[in-house]
Amino acid sequence: MTETLFKPGHTACAGCGQAIAARLVIDAAGKNTMIANNTGCLEVFSTKYPESAWCVPWIHSLFENCAAVASGIESGLKYLGKKDTINVIAQGGDGGTADIGLQALSGMLERGHDVLYVCYDNEAYMNTGIQRSGLTPTTSNTTTTPPGSASFGNPRPKKPMPDIAAAHGIPYVATASVGYPQDIQKKVKKALSIKGPKYIQIHVPCPLGWRHESSQTSEVAKLAVETGLYPIFEYENGQLIPRKIASVKPVEEYLKVQGRFKHLLKDAKGLKEIQAVADYNIKKYQLKAQE
Amino acid sequence: MKQFLEGSHAVAEIVKRCRPGVVSAYPITPQTHIVEDLAQMVSNQELNAQFVNVESEHSAASVVLGGEATGVRSYTATSSQGLLLMAEVVFNIAGMRLPVVMTTANRAISAPINIWNDQQDVMVVRDSGWVLFFAESIQEAVDLHLQAYKLGEDPDVMLPVMVNMDGFILTHGMEAVDMPSQEEVDRYLPAYKTTYKLDVENPLTMGYLADPDYYLEIRYMVQETHTELLSKIPQLAGEFKKTFGRESGGLIQTYRMEDAEQAFVAAGSVCGTIRDAIDELRAKGKKVGLVKIATYRPFPKDAIASSLKNVKEVAVVDKSISLGGFGPFYTDVTSALLSLGAQAPKTSGFILGLGGRDIRVKSILDVYEKLSGKQVDCAFIGLKQELLAETE
Repeated sequence: MTETLFKPGHTACAGCGQAIAARLVIDAAGKNTMIANNTGCLEVFSTKYPESAWCVPWIHSLFENCAAVASGIESGLKYLGKKDTINVIAQGGDGGTADIGLQALSGMLERGHDVLYVCYDNEAYMNTGIQRSGLTPTTSNTTTTPPGSASFGNPRPKKPMPDIAAAHGIPYVATASVGYPQDIQKKVKKALSIKGPKYIQIHVPCPLGWRHESSQTSEVAKLAVETGLYPIFEYENGQLIPRKIASVKPVEEYLKVQGRFKHLLKDAKGLKEIQAVADYNIKKYQLKAQE
Repeated sequence: MKQFLEGSHAVAEIVKRCRPGVVSAYPITPQTHIVEDLAQMVSNQELNAQFVNVESEHSAASVVLGGEATGVRSYTATSSQGLLLMAEVVFNIAGMRLPVVMTTANRAISAPINIWNDQQDVMVVRDSGWVLFFAESIQEAVDLHLQAYKLGEDPDVMLPVMVNMDGFILTHGMEAVDMPSQEEVDRYLPAYKTTYKLDVENPLTMGYLADPDYYLEIRYMVQETHTELLSKIPQLAGEFKKTFGRESGGLIQTYRMEDAEQAFVAAGSVCGTIRDAIDELRAKGKKVGLVKIATYRPFPKDAIASSLKNVKEVAVVDKSISLGGFGPFYTDVTSALLSLGAQAPKTSGFILGLGGRDIRVKSILDVYEKLSGKQVDCAFIGLKQELLAETE
């Protein structure tokens, strides 16, 4: 194993997609990097006093302000004349990014800070026990969107965060998946080679919250991509560059390996609804090969 | 040389001379003139700083937190709702031991919305761990900013410091100010140097999760530092006086207390009005004085008890209120006086000036009239009875 800047011994669950992705991100960024981290699973399992998994300067302040803290770090480094040699990464989960931290993130993007924002998207508030976030997919069973006689799980689609980030006119936006580690590292390196604000959103399965086998993290992540439910693409200066899907799989293959969609499999109408989401993504982000 | 300056401009001038590298703020009345001036100074290259225009006070406080974490002197200013929106970050900055300096242009809190002065805003973050200074005059506000950086950045302190100045009364008032020169400031306040910072050569983790095995001690250490400040702050004010020839700040200041039998306790610009009222009362033979709270956190309990030990009656003047309870100064002062046991003076609490209601010499004389009567703990002064009757 090569030397990593995110040491083992932290307390993440077995099969945690976020822990894998976070290591890939910092190892791609390298040691001349400073991280501002939102409150969330990653912060909790990696920095329980007096231990830390991080071998780079790392700061956690609050749930929603890593983008603003990173703006301050970048400003401090600019003042010191050190910004050109040091990367600044702000990172958080989907709730900290798309919900409570959206304002601070929007401010950071709009002001043009030279910061890479990484959103680890495990599609719910996992740290507090699997509550629905703005990035929870349609019909997903969370503890605050439980299916019942009057409900089919989460009633709303995922907030289109990458498009919201791109709408700020920033030079680089990308999605990635922990199913494709090299793609994550390639995108992090590309992002850090570009000056200005960057946004990368990484799909990270959560075995506990999604109720899948902890040995299946990578496979589950790949199925999300192969079904079109998690579109992988880049916006370079606003130009869409999709990662094509060689052979599109039906959504059922992705849904059936997880407990959070179990209620759906009994219902043809619900299944159709999810297939429509995948079809929409495939069209919107031009995911189909040979087209 | 003295200059006739607006309070906000004077604060911007002294902040500029303190050479912060990161300045971030969100506009709110009556703080705006301070940060507008700083923005112009950065634009004119009079001040070499990163000026970060943020989308909220929450982010303003977070930006200076981040700036300070890189070891760069940082500054912000706010007021009223802005301070409340910041509150979460304000606590965080103190807990992380980052010596940010902030000016609070004290203003009332909604609802009803009111842009005028009282001191309710700062009370919301009273328990955050910040050192809280209160300025009586524009000159003192200027001087306290210098002392704030000097104190907060002391390696034995490492705490943020807030300079409270009454909105409009001080921020928009004009006064002849003795403005220290850049050379004097540079001599008094050297560049900020710390090893407690984000540094790729020495990677620290900042902002840990502390479980019940550690949290209690970490909070205790902040309290311990505040206790040590009770001797550091008088030293700081003493050195300041030696350097600049002025008495500014300190824990408390007293006025005509030598033989006083009755005393006012207050903080901020109202102390000037109280001094005038005391002069009038003294002219009539009344032995009355003032104890001014210059530092509210740490709370100077011994200094206050000792200054009031020979007094028979005390009037605590609060420009804020813990609704359902008492004025915050009243609560603290009465706690401090417990140490005097049976010798403790009769102490009454008065609420004045909320939402910018003028406090005149007459208002202070009204307080004085009530002082020798029955003890009261939360008496409002200057209520318009006709308005109260209307709402009944």
